[in-house]
Amino acid sequence: MPQGKAGARLPGQVSERSIAGRPRGWEWAAVGVVVSYAGLLLAGPLAAIFTGAVSSGGGELIGYLTSADAKRALVLTLGLTLGATTINTVFGIALALVLTRDDFRGRRVLNALVDLPLAVSPVVAGFAWLLLFGREGWFAPAVDSLGVQVAFAWPGILLATIFVSAPLVAREIIPVLMHAGVGQEQAAYTLGAGAWRTFRRITLPNIRWGLMHGVSLAFARAMGEFGAVLVIGGGVTGVTETATLFIYRSLDDRREAAAFAVSLLLAAISFGVLLVMKYSHREGEGALKRRKGGE
Amino acid sequence: MTATRAQIERGLRVGRVHPWGRWGLRGAAIVYIGAIVLLPIAALVEHGLRDGIEVFWREATAPVALAALRLTLGTAAVVTAVNIVLGTLTAWVLVRYRFAGRAWLDALVDLPFAIPTLVTGVCLVALYGPHRALGAWLEARGVSVLFARPGIVLALLFVTYPFVVRSVQPVLMEIDGVQEEASWTLGASKLRTFFRITLPAIAPGISTGALLGFARALGEFGSIVVVAGNLPYRTLTAPVYIFGQIESQETRSASAVSVVLLAISFVLMLAVDWRREREESKYAAG
Repeated sequence: MPQGKAGARLPGQVSERSIAGRPRGWEWAAVGVVVSYAGLLLAGPLAAIFTGAVSSGGGELIGYLTSADAKRALVLTLGLTLGATTINTVFGIALALVLTRDDFRGRRVLNALVDLPLAVSPVVAGFAWLLLFGREGWFAPAVDSLGVQVAFAWPGILLATIFVSAPLVAREIIPVLMHAGVGQEQAAYTLGAGAWRTFRRITLPNIRWGLMHGVSLAFARAMGEFGAVLVIGGGVTGVTETATLFIYRSLDDRREAAAFAVSLLLAAISFGVLLVMKYSHREGEGALKRRKGGE
Repeated sequence: MTATRAQIERGLRVGRVHPWGRWGLRGAAIVYIGAIVLLPIAALVEHGLRDGIEVFWREATAPVALAALRLTLGTAAVVTAVNIVLGTLTAWVLVRYRFAGRAWLDALVDLPFAIPTLVTGVCLVALYGPHRALGAWLEARGVSVLFARPGIVLALLFVTYPFVVRSVQPVLMEIDGVQEEASWTLGASKLRTFFRITLPAIAPGISTGALLGFARALGEFGSIVVVAGNLPYRTLTAPVYIFGQIESQETRSASAVSVVLLAISFVLMLAVDWRREREESKYAAG
């Protein structure tokens, strides 16, 4: 039987702490299995890329990262990631508000479509955009007459990047919005706060941790997108070659060290994003508990 | 803009006030999803079925395509089975036990959501590549990971690890242990308690996570393309096959197989949605 750490426990009162304790006996085996599985599966390859990249020496590493092609690719990825994340954040908030606060015919259709990009293969996503803007695409005549290039240019890879990370912001804030309810918003609104003010003073503070979590997920996804931007962008060096495409080409050209160097940099950025994710998740859980306790 | 009294009363009566201008928000959401999600998907489906169902079927069931689809479904199924067992165990260990390194483990679980999948593939190359220590050691013992099916499975296990863990974890935290304690006190063994009390409670979480992970595994490209070797009939998965067909301008065949993958994903997403709704209505009722 699990024993609570807190000595004075009322009968029938089982706190979360009472069921979470130090493992004992065979329970250590379960912990051991999980730790070694996660370690071998996730930490092992990560350590390999680290040693692989560092083994060539720090100076070399910096050299690979600051080569003209790598720099251009990294700058392109940075721009795309910021652009896609901004658009997904703004529209993701609007979408989440509509899905939780509004009701109209077609809302269910919207709801069903939201998650689709998460289930679609990145290659298929890139291909779908190609069928819109490629040589014989639906919109090829229109963009040609305007003299704009979408496929094999940055607008195309931006659209594909937005697609693959589209649902992440909305998905994270929908449960928070549902939990917060509309009471406070209605109160603020009836007391004369305008639409924008109600959003800024009531809604935004309520959803901020979920929003932060969703934005970091969307950022990571956009930064790391590969298949979709490969298909729609074609990976033209210096033009549509993002950081991941640079890694892919380097690996193909048997320049492993360069591939490892840029991979390590992206992994390091991911790790930073991961910390933001963990932090916002913990704060969000705390806020949820406080709200529950206050009820 | 301040609402008039009549507007407010109308809103309260309906039970909903829309402080943000109903059509502005609706419009933004509809245009966003319509342009970003619906439009490209529509173009894909139209292209796939443009030349009639016979052509679609012939392309989708071409021997190489069929082998690729079979490999993709098979590896996804294997990976999902592993995730169901080890993902649930991971969630259990994270929620129920406190030990040194737990916070690290908890952070590590989310890593696949943060790291680019291509980087995952490069990591596997760095570990199991023929010129790497472990890769060479395994190769000498006749085990090839890279450019073989084990490589595909490892890559998929890496990228899908968080799904079951993260959908079981909150449910495990929610069930507060009262029923489990009752069961133990009444003499049921821990194992029996797990199968009779805990497992039924977390089963919906497991199946949601498994479906999401399965869908993710079906579409995975970045990590696989660098580790699989992509040999037709052997290690060529469906997404990599589609990519190859696009490269060689075989768009009809590419769109046919894409539509097949899309249809499977769509059904999986509907299943997830259906599950979620059922859980929510259960909460609302109870």
